[in-house]
Amino acid sequence: MTEKRTLASTFAGYAILVFFALVFLYPFVIQIAGAFKSEAGAAADPLTPVPSPVDTTSFLSIFSKTNFPLWTINSLLVAVVVTLGRVFLDSLAGYALARLRFGGRTAINAMIIAVMAVPGVVLLIPKFLVLNQLGIYNSYTALILPVIADAAGVFIMRQFFISIPVSVEEAARIDGASLFRTFWSVVLPMAKPALITLTILSFQSSWNEFPHTLVAVQGPQYFTLPRGLADLVSGSLGQGSQYPLKLGAAMLATIPVAIIFVIFQRYFVRGASEGASKE
Amino acid sequence: MAKGVRANERIAGWLFVTPVVVILGLFLLLPIGMALWVSLSGWNGQGSPMRSDVPFVGAHNYTRLFTEDGLAREDFMTSIRNNIFYVGMVVPVQTVLALILALVVNARLLKGKSFFRTAFFFPSVTSSVAISVVFIFIFANAGAFNALLGLFGIHGPQWLSDPRGLVHLLLSGLGLVDPAHPPAALTGGGAFGLTWWQWLSGPSVAMSVIMMLVVWTTSGTFMLMFLAALQDVPVQLEEAAVIDGASRWQRFRYVTLPMLRPTTYTVVTLGLIGTWQVFDQIYVMSQGNPAKTTLTPAFLSYRTAFKNFEYGSGAAISFILFLIIVVITVVQRWLMRERRAPGEPSQARSWLPRQRRTQETAEVGERGAKA
Repeated sequence: MTEKRTLASTFAGYAILVFFALVFLYPFVIQIAGAFKSEAGAAADPLTPVPSPVDTTSFLSIFSKTNFPLWTINSLLVAVVVTLGRVFLDSLAGYALARLRFGGRTAINAMIIAVMAVPGVVLLIPKFLVLNQLGIYNSYTALILPVIADAAGVFIMRQFFISIPVSVEEAARIDGASLFRTFWSVVLPMAKPALITLTILSFQSSWNEFPHTLVAVQGPQYFTLPRGLADLVSGSLGQGSQYPLKLGAAMLATIPVAIIFVIFQRYFVRGASEGASKE
Repeated sequence: MAKGVRANERIAGWLFVTPVVVILGLFLLLPIGMALWVSLSGWNGQGSPMRSDVPFVGAHNYTRLFTEDGLAREDFMTSIRNNIFYVGMVVPVQTVLALILALVVNARLLKGKSFFRTAFFFPSVTSSVAISVVFIFIFANAGAFNALLGLFGIHGPQWLSDPRGLVHLLLSGLGLVDPAHPPAALTGGGAFGLTWWQWLSGPSVAMSVIMMLVVWTTSGTFMLMFLAALQDVPVQLEEAAVIDGASRWQRFRYVTLPMLRPTTYTVVTLGLIGTWQVFDQIYVMSQGNPAKTTLTPAFLSYRTAFKNFEYGSGAAISFILFLIIVVITVVQRWLMRERRAPGEPSQARSWLPRQRRTQETAEVGERGAKA
């Protein structure tokens, strides 16, 4: 009786898992297959996972008809600079807020937590106003500078530094090393897991960032991949739906984060639970 | 000597935090101040909004969204209506789906868990724009989803260009109301420039595509949160319940679910905050169309400022949205504090028979205290 029930519930469990695995992954199959179909083929048969015949015209068009290479370079530039900046500045501030005693520390801590609670979308117009006022609207500076430090990253680093013992750095400090030296060559190497988490989350979020680019730049020479893709959808291609081209471009834009995800999955998982503990 | 170290710390402390403070101040706090001023002005995007010849209009940008008959109020109220239906559908569905996925992935007897966990989580890390492109294709008139429905002999709608409200469709499907001639009781009256019939439309078919996309991308993250909480439920507690002859459903209802309460609150709050901010998917997939049924305050604020060059009005909509989110967060915090009142026995404890309430519950209490 119980065995039968266990068997039945195991079967039900797998059925649910497989069904949802299909729901969550099949759209990507449709995307990849669609990118390798001809335009007529994609319209006639959007559901089949294996394109026949395989058609690579869409990829040729991505590179001949769109600014895809430029968007990729811009995305790489922005993501790399923002990631380096965040990792350095956030851990510097996180360390100071966790360890160093200075006046105003409590106030800055409170500010970091308050800033984390500000919903990003309501800042779109405000950000544009400041970038415009400072005269840096429509430049790489506008794409990078406003997001080169983030409150959530400072918070993650601060929590990490609080959680590790002080003894090692105290020893280093008594030796007379300057505080920055201690931070750079003693503390940071100990913080490797937190730094990797922060690196990955920063890269992923700046690679995928879309609304900020809307209010920071308007010139096509500054478009990143998400901005370029959005531009393709809104009809910059001219006639026809050109789904294979769009699906192919979206697929290529997803690949870097997908690779990082597969390699560093546990850090993404950690990031998600950090998100939970923020509340 | 000790004094010198202290002074060093003070200087270093400030040096270390200055870059972050300057950037957050310059690009987060200062802009909020500027936008507050712009929301009280009639600035049209020409020159600097801080010049003295920019007209000051007081609270007009705010009041006209509520009290003045006209397009501005109609669009704003429509966007609020759309977002309420959107939140009301997405938050419960994504929370329940995330919980179900976590429970199944967490089941002890099943193999291949890490694969399924990865599969469910992967959509969360991809670009919202890239994935919107995929969903446009899937829900195109001759797209994959309609092809799938076709296999079952169902003729799917023209998803992204269908403005019909789901509640309207349901009512007419049940034969209660003819959508071409809605009851006069509902069309006669109304509030804030929309008739009751318009307020009660439900999310449009087009909006439901965006809702499906968002549930699909966010459930994985929330599943991970539930999963982390489930792994903290002590095995002894479940075993005790089994020994006491609790059925599977009773175990879930009276042991697991109460233990998950803090996580559930977090998931619901993050869900509420996130769903009121929906923007990327609207921008890419629908731009508020068809018939304004996917217009949301976030997108309307953007469109009002950057397409109609009414920056004051756009900023005012942003601040109202900000206020909505702040109120939700505060209410949620307050509710959570109520629930966690000290001394109140949790349901898990009161359910356990008296003699069993020693070892296990002591442990639970300890864990609770640590968390």
